[in-house]
Amino acid sequence: MKLSDRIRQGDTRAAAKLITMVENDFQQAQKYLKELQEYCGQATVIGITGPPGSGKSTITDRLAKHIRKIGKKIAIIAIDPSSPFTGGAILGDRIRMQDLSTDKDVFIRSIGTRGQLGGLSRSTQAVVKIMDAMGKEIIFIETVGVGQSEIEVIKVSDIILLLLMPGMGDDIQIIKAGIMEIGDIFVVNKSDREGTDRLIVEIEMMLSLNDVRKRNPAIIKTIGTENIGIEELWQEVERLNVYLQDKGEMQLRRKNRIRKEIHDLFLENWQELFFQFIGEDNIENEVQKILKQDIDPYSAVQKLTEVFKKQIIKGG
Amino acid sequence: MKNSIIRVLVAKPGLDGHDRGAKVVARALRDAGMEVIYTGLRQTPEQIVETAIQEDVNVIGLSILSGAHMHLFPKLMKLLKEREAIDIIVMAGGIIPGEDIVELKKIGIKEIFTPGTDTNRIIEFIKENVKVVR
Ligand SMILES: Nc1nc2c(ncn2[C@@H]2O[C@H](COP(=O)(O)OP(=O)(O)O)[C@@H](O)[C@H]2O)c(=O)[nH]1
Ligand SMILES: [Mg+2]
Repeated sequence: MKLSDRIRQGDTRAAAKLITMVENDFQQAQKYLKELQEYCGQATVIGITGPPGSGKSTITDRLAKHIRKIGKKIAIIAIDPSSPFTGGAILGDRIRMQDLSTDKDVFIRSIGTRGQLGGLSRSTQAVVKIMDAMGKEIIFIETVGVGQSEIEVIKVSDIILLLLMPGMGDDIQIIKAGIMEIGDIFVVNKSDREGTDRLIVEIEMMLSLNDVRKRNPAIIKTIGTENIGIEELWQEVERLNVYLQDKGEMQLRRKNRIRKEIHDLFLENWQELFFQFIGEDNIENEVQKILKQDIDPYSAVQKLTEVFKKQIIKGG
Repeated sequence: MKNSIIRVLVAKPGLDGHDRGAKVVARALRDAGMEVIYTGLRQTPEQIVETAIQEDVNVIGLSILSGAHMHLFPKLMKLLKEREAIDIIVMAGGIIPGEDIVELKKIGIKEIFTPGTDTNRIIEFIKENVKVVR
């Protein structure tokens, strides 16, 4: 049977193998992704982000168990940073999801960021498609909420939950830039801890100051370890989902995502083409010239780009 | 742009209570450039096999101190076979007596490391045995 057919029938091993191919050799994986495309678009994708230790994996586990009771099929993408020096990573989110691993309607995949520029959101999007084509109805993406690349990744989601916890010191400071804006629902986890009320006031203040959105994001209190607030949280996700559909906002988000996907794919193809055409020797040549102060890097790249452009126009 | 990275599941089956050894190995493998899926304590053979398949790992590393290896390891190997996943290399570490090592190798456990093994040996073993397409 074809790999894509096996995936559509929910074959875990086939799906897992294709995900590996997406990570290791995207050019080759595209062949299979093409076959899956028409079976995608059914799943709802929920992003869960926030600082390390805020309880993302715990909340993902609890939400997953809650949804399993309704009978929906689930997949989880758990992203952790890779070491920029060795490329290695310890992917430990499954520690909080142990009892989910033998539920055959739950598929969990841990992913290292592998330091790919722009590549992570592209491969995450492909992983979402594979899980979608498998018939998973709700797909969670867990990723640490710091840094530009993580924000790019989480934008692959339909709805984004931003987790915060009391006692992060100068709470909001940590996440003020860029990340507050992407949260559709604010989750104050570890609300068994001191400082919860203060944190909520801070979030409310922040939102009233900065936010230009039509709908003010809900703030939901949870205690992940005790399974408190999970039902309320899921109700809010469903409510928001309906709201976004009604307002046409969901459609808009999906459209933006396709646009970004095309952009990412284009960039990768052209990048490869460009460097193949120019060749390492020519680049080394320019480096030497810059070292000797014969040319500046701006003019050097401009020159190489011109050569490339001429070649394209000629139709080579 | 190919970018193959060896993936290893480090798992602790059985009921023994700490995972210092497993964590040391996990860190060493990460520092050697591998992706280590770490699942924590008290994993059943079913959980380990299912996790290994979902994560599409090249290697399963089992760490055990409890003495239950002759019960748990054959069960795990049987499950791997049932799931047609015997291409995954299984290695183990922990307190395992010599006569058991012979038995366990017979059922397909590729290598067994006794306590205090230099982590470099484990890294070498993995690199020699995993055929990663480049
Ligand atoms: N006190 C308290 N601890 C929690 C709560 N939720 C999670 N934790 C603990 O916080 C730690 C980090 O949780 P984890 O889910 O791994 O966080 P992540 O790094 O954001 O994925 C773990 O030890 C959890 O048991 C909570 O609501 N209250
Ligand atoms: Mg986590």
